[in-house]
Amino acid sequence: MTGVLAFIGRNTLQLVRYLDGLYDLTEKSAYWTFVAPLKGRGLKWGGAVHQMVLAGVNSIPIVSLISLFIGIILALQGAYQLQKFGAAYYVTALVGVSMTRELGPLITAIVIAGRSGSAFAAEIGTMKVAEEIDALEAMGLNSVKYLVVPKYLAMLVMMPCLTLISDLAGILGGGLFEIWQLDQSYFTFLFATRDALVMRDIWTGLIKSLIFALIITKVGCYEGFSVQGGAEGVGKATTSSVVVSIFLIIFADVVFTALFYYTA
Amino acid sequence: MRHDFEGPMIRVVDLVSHYGERLILNHVSLDVGAGETMVILGGSGAGKSTLLRHIIRLERPTSGHVYIRDQDACCLSEERFNLLRAKMGMLFQSAALFNSMTVEENVALPLRELTHLEDSTIRIMTRMKLELVGLGGVEDYMPSELSGGMKKRAGLARALAMDPDILLFDEPSAGLDPITAAGIDSLILKLKHAFMMTIVVVTHEMASAFVIADRITVMHHGEVIAIGTPDEIRANPHPRVQQFLNRTPEIETAEAPAYLRPPEGRPS
Repeated sequence: MTGVLAFIGRNTLQLVRYLDGLYDLTEKSAYWTFVAPLKGRGLKWGGAVHQMVLAGVNSIPIVSLISLFIGIILALQGAYQLQKFGAAYYVTALVGVSMTRELGPLITAIVIAGRSGSAFAAEIGTMKVAEEIDALEAMGLNSVKYLVVPKYLAMLVMMPCLTLISDLAGILGGGLFEIWQLDQSYFTFLFATRDALVMRDIWTGLIKSLIFALIITKVGCYEGFSVQGGAEGVGKATTSSVVVSIFLIIFADVVFTALFYYTA
Repeated sequence: MRHDFEGPMIRVVDLVSHYGERLILNHVSLDVGAGETMVILGGSGAGKSTLLRHIIRLERPTSGHVYIRDQDACCLSEERFNLLRAKMGMLFQSAALFNSMTVEENVALPLRELTHLEDSTIRIMTRMKLELVGLGGVEDYMPSELSGGMKKRAGLARALAMDPDILLFDEPSAGLDPITAAGIDSLILKLKHAFMMTIVVVTHEMASAFVIADRITVMHHGEVIAIGTPDEIRANPHPRVQQFLNRTPEIETAEAPAYLRPPEGRPS
């Protein structure tokens, strides 16, 4: 019995410490992103643009391709059910609404967590192991400002963009199936999509994508900073950055989807 | 050299530091005067690197104080301490060059970020620092293309970029062959004589310690067991000091467990 309690206690403490660390990093990065520039301390735009290319532009092919496939899958599964009721026309609406409200942001976040979140953890972790973080601090340069803030800026700009691309690619994927297999005309597809979507669908998706961007950057960078030991530590941090951020993304998704559902 | 403060350049008072539960530094006190070269000598795990990290505030102490130019490092805001750090340079054990930048960009980084100098001025200063450490002509190389000794020199050039008056060295000769290590030693002597820098060197190399030191601090298990000029250290009767000087192997077999044992009296 005491063993169980000790187990629960130890794990709770670990969780609290982890969340405290995340909070601490969030506070510092928020300061260096939003407050410090107003005090004339500058922002690393060059670094941010570099990160935008790495995390954003270079992810466009993979995000679009996966979203295209997801769109096709959604249309296939939707048609399978809806055709029974002779409602194949609504497949378009199904794909459009689920992509913009849910799957676009989610798929993008999962791909980016795997692609960029892990890269953040590996980059910062390797620098930590090689004493480069210490070297920055020893020069009097703030490591959060130099390493984390550009990533935050890049992700906050690029995630909504990637999400929009994902929305489009998904709808297009659904459209391909509808036009070829359900014998809809190109215009039926366009009008059905336009009729099904309202602005709210798109902006709720974009709000989610911003939240996901925060989660991915925060977890990736935090894992990087908390690397202990050598190459093995970097490997562990990289793995857990992906696992933790995907978990938190889905958790946040539940919360925000519920919020949008009840405030509709 | 004139200073706007009295007392030593670096003063460590009663410093206690823990790593998790383990006691690393046990009431360490130490003064380093302006223009002095202090070598901190000790075996692995003696806490000497940790002491160095405390001096530039990469670690926070459990208790005790570090004064840099009479200013208490523990109580300064990060911004204020960064002003002090701008006049301190540190060469890390692994040189800690930024692997994604060329040697020139590495050395120029502090100048770019902390000063408002023109690009051309920065370029000239960077070349001068690299020439000073004997690395002219490797500006455009990446750190991975350099040998261990060259990396150390490049790291030193970066530490010198802001013309510091305090230089900290963490194991400058670790992992280098004797000839290269001697080269680093003579570089340290050159800096000391030419620029009157205050230098703290952490090492376990006896030979280089006696060459460069004005004074030597011997540490063992987180405690200072002797401070003095090289001659005083040679004459010191403390068994640990003599063991270190004569390279006598450890007799006790319980060394590792004792090192890992949680310390008594951790204040929390």
